[in-house]
Amino acid sequence: MLDGLIRWARRKSPWILHFNTGGCNGCDIELLDALTPRFDVERLGILQKATPRHADVLVCAGPVTRQARDRLLRIYEQMPEPKWVVAIGSCACSGGVFRGCYNVLGGIDQVIPVDMYVPGCPTKPEAIIDGLVKLLEGI
Amino acid sequence: MAQRLLIPIGPQHPALKEPLGFRFRVEGERVLETHIRMGYVHRGIERACQERTYIQDLYLVERICGICSHIHTTAFCQGVEELLGVEVPRRALYIRTIVCELERIHSHMLWLGVLGRDAGFETLFMYTWRDRETVLDILEEISGNRINHAVNTIGGVRIDFTQAHIESILKRLDYLEEQAHYYLGLVTTESTFVARTHGVGYLSREDGRALCVVGPTTRASGVDRDVRRDDPYAAYEELPFEVVTASEGDALARTVVRVKEVIESVRMVRYALQNSPQGEVRVKVRRRVPPGEVISRVEAPRGELIYYIKSDGTERPARVKMRTPTLANLVAIPHMLKEAHIADGPIVLAAIDLCIACADR
Repeated sequence: MLDGLIRWARRKSPWILHFNTGGCNGCDIELLDALTPRFDVERLGILQKATPRHADVLVCAGPVTRQARDRLLRIYEQMPEPKWVVAIGSCACSGGVFRGCYNVLGGIDQVIPVDMYVPGCPTKPEAIIDGLVKLLEGI
Repeated sequence: MAQRLLIPIGPQHPALKEPLGFRFRVEGERVLETHIRMGYVHRGIERACQERTYIQDLYLVERICGICSHIHTTAFCQGVEELLGVEVPRRALYIRTIVCELERIHSHMLWLGVLGRDAGFETLFMYTWRDRETVLDILEEISGNRINHAVNTIGGVRIDFTQAHIESILKRLDYLEEQAHYYLGLVTTESTFVARTHGVGYLSREDGRALCVVGPTTRASGVDRDVRRDDPYAAYEELPFEVVTASEGDALARTVVRVKEVIESVRMVRYALQNSPQGEVRVKVRRRVPPGEVISRVEAPRGELIYYIKSDGTERPARVKMRTPTLANLVAIPHMLKEAHIADGPIVLAAIDLCIACADR
């Protein structure tokens, strides 16, 4: 019964941490857009946090560059369990248009495990919200 | 005596959305030195441009930056068109200009919200981002995508306006202009906001010139410089507009300059929509570009953007080099932060309107 309660609580207010691993800003801004009045996911309990230690969901945008790799790993390790990772944008899913660039490793899943992929260049806020909802349904 | 400390901030930090590392050497609350560590977003786009064809590069340079994507392709197309020696239809130039200015409105509004948030004025962030959706709606309506519009192509543009588009855009522009006037009143009279930005991040006119700072940052320091007027491209020669400047050189002046630029841009879009010539929107161009090299300058929302393109007569460019406005403005940060309070750091950074994706590429 306690497990059920914890699961219910987790589903209700996921706190997200956003990290740009080398993207073009497009998806990052669409993610912020989802927090602003038109979409306003804050009313549903989704909050953006500034530190990995407070976050449940790590939202990554952009392909992983060689420079960002170590930082991404460090942020992921600093997050408390249980944690989920959402890759938003085509670049974060597979490397996208930057695939083959010398400083790009590829998608987020090259470095850390990803739970949800949201494609699009850039992803629309609706798609990001849909991805988060589907992620929460699976918890 | 206060202890000297070295404070590392970033690359993941609350003030900016993008990764950028800082090291402040502080004494008490005062900043003595600032070191910037960049390169986290470096993807190697300049090299990748050499490996792809001109048309493929178009989509790559569009994704250098998600805020000012259209201006990058404008600069790239202009350069390649000059190498090819093609005459772009006038209607295409007008459409390019309209999208450029719409993008400027969206970029400045986004920036105003980010500055508001860093200044602890979260309401302004929510307000401006709500109104920014209006611009994104317009862009989505005419191009099919909110960001990364893919409007430009070599030899013209890919989209055309219909009469229905023009009417619906004009209606929304009135709302945007009204809101911009409201924000102008808000940022100049709201006492907490003024107290937080007035005199912060001062840059004198002489320093602005000496450090080669560009865009609204330098115009707020009284340097009257704007590529749109000084070296007109696209349809800017035929549009009536004023270059907005201020003399105070602080974060507040930069805010005022950008909000006034939004109003100016709304007027330019309105004029361009009502006076755009009829005709074709693109011409066919060859795939192979004759050998040569070219410099293309445009005024991005953040300042002057320069593209250098070298062709060796094949389908792929031999070299593409960009000098983005943020790179030019970054050098001013250690200067502005000297003797500043640590708490003013985020505002100084935000006031320049950094775009790390542009600077690192």
